Amino acid sequence: MKLKVKDLSFSYGSANTLEDITMEVDKGEIVSLVGPNGAGKSTLIKCIDRILKPQKGTVFVDGKEAARLSSKDFSKMMGYVPQSTLEVFPYTVFDIVLMGRRPHIGWRVTSNDVKVVARTLRFMGIEEFASRYFDELSGGEKQKIAMARALAQEPKVLLLDEPTSNLDIRHQLEVMNIVKKLVQEKKISAIMAMHDLNLASRFSDNMVMLKDKGVFTVGDPKSVLTPANIENVYGVRAEVRNGHMGRPYVMPIEPI
Amino acid sequence: MSDDEVFDAEEVYARASGKKTLFTLVLFVGVLAVAVFATSMGAASLGMGESFGAVLAEFLPVEEVSTFAQVVVLQLRLPRILMAIITGISLGVAGAVMQGVLRNPLVSPYTLGLSSGAACGAAIAIVLGVGVLGAGRYVIVINAFFFSLLTMAIVYGISRMRGTSVETLILAGVAMGYLFSAVISLLKYVSGNEELREIVFWLMGGLYTARWENVIILIPAVLFFTLLLMRYSWDLNAMSAGEEVASSLGINVNRVRIICLSLSAVLTASVIAFTGIIGFIGLVSPHVCRLLIGSDHRYLIPCSGLIGALVLLVSDTACRTMISPTEIPVGIVTAFIGVPFFLYLLVSRKRRWWQ
Repeated sequence: MKLKVKDLSFSYGSANTLEDITMEVDKGEIVSLVGPNGAGKSTLIKCIDRILKPQKGTVFVDGKEAARLSSKDFSKMMGYVPQSTLEVFPYTVFDIVLMGRRPHIGWRVTSNDVKVVARTLRFMGIEEFASRYFDELSGGEKQKIAMARALAQEPKVLLLDEPTSNLDIRHQLEVMNIVKKLVQEKKISAIMAMHDLNLASRFSDNMVMLKDKGVFTVGDPKSVLTPANIENVYGVRAEVRNGHMGRPYVMPIEPI
Repeated sequence: MSDDEVFDAEEVYARASGKKTLFTLVLFVGVLAVAVFATSMGAASLGMGESFGAVLAEFLPVEEVSTFAQVVVLQLRLPRILMAIITGISLGVAGAVMQGVLRNPLVSPYTLGLSSGAACGAAIAIVLGVGVLGAGRYVIVINAFFFSLLTMAIVYGISRMRGTSVETLILAGVAMGYLFSAVISLLKYVSGNEELREIVFWLMGGLYTARWENVIILIPAVLFFTLLLMRYSWDLNAMSAGEEVASSLGINVNRVRIICLSLSAVLTASVIAFTGIIGFIGLVSPHVCRLLIGSDHRYLIPCSGLIGALVLLVSDTACRTMISPTEIPVGIVTAFIGVPFFLYLLVSRKRRWWQ
């Protein structure tokens, strides 16, 4: 599935503003959205997922206008993983992941729904949590469960809003590895808003760098993560080294 | 992965669902059993057999039954028992839905100002003798119903001005509750002895006004609204994870919210207009159910209704029999029976059920 964002603009108050965003994501690609706080990474993710309604512009999914699809059909294509999940009431992990079947489900849960949930838990390596209650789990485990719920939707595109921002380094790597494995095995695409430039560098095929509500530059990690771009966008002097697997590694030095 | 493990998951899920279904059935049978028992309880001492006979005699040409038993059981006790059941169901269902749709464990028809609104409407009708539809026999009921719905509309309207945030809605409800309480206090202050007494009685709530003509209308209405609300179970489940996740699951959050709030407001208003304020049940029944069977609204909504019915029926039976022929207001008994039970569940469970 190919996703295309064309001339998308959104404004609400002063903090969440986007102007004329245009970008493309190919099938089987991981794309990171990077940029400073307030650049509109999360807002863009929410606009793509129709959580927020852009004032202008269009999102195309395989050439079809997303806004014209029914919300049920659309939700079968896009899975959304929020930055953090807070469940007010007690649900078991299984029930939470089962909610991801909402777009496919009538009143009754079919055996196919249960199988999809079981497989998803298995895929994420969290099947032993199935009957535990969500509020008993750690931040990293919760993040995986939120991902499992989005996966149970069987989406073509997975949208992740800063998936690693509250996690320790082990869980950061685990979560990113799951995203990578998913994209490879299920042939879907992933778009992630990322703060950590080095994780983004290591795991994405392409990066979209946002600055002042607009797209500053697009490209593979090597072409995006240059000292000049980082200085221009973040206002930080940085060294870029050759990191793991030849990916650029950003070493921030000082704010300018 | 092997098919064995997939099969295992299905079995585990089926077992968990089976348990919840069983729990629902047990509650249902429990309500029926208490209802049957309650027909034989009361100031007039009639045995179980006599009471049954009286009920059966209405439908079947069976053996002789005294007209006294028939009048007591059919005209006094049965409508009251049915009223207790449907009132309990309404409050339990409305509480579960309101808490779910607003993602807040402290919400109930009481916190959202609906009860105060109804009470204010009733007090105005009592003191001024007129209501929105002029004077008449049902002036208090209609005024209470109307004011209750008006409160919901105002509270929702205020929250809409601020982009429908849940916090605004709840706070607006609490604020409206205070405003109506002030109006009630004012009305109490200026009213004469007779009216003051009537207001105080209304505020305490009770089922002593139950009559067949009301029960007959309320039963289908309550069942209809409960079933309608249950259709939103999956949406409510998804909304518990937050608006953004719900909307990414294809749910029109604002639409579901206004539909569920309106339906549960109508559900609550239609019973409390007759019974007066009965607190506690709307708040606590959903929590009791969550502690026992979890938060899946497909089971939570009916179970919360049945728990509400059970608690109110037991309380009302106790309040009309404990020091008969006098009655204790049901609100007092509900609190005496319900609060210790709820506190017991609260501290005996290891797991916190909300964060």
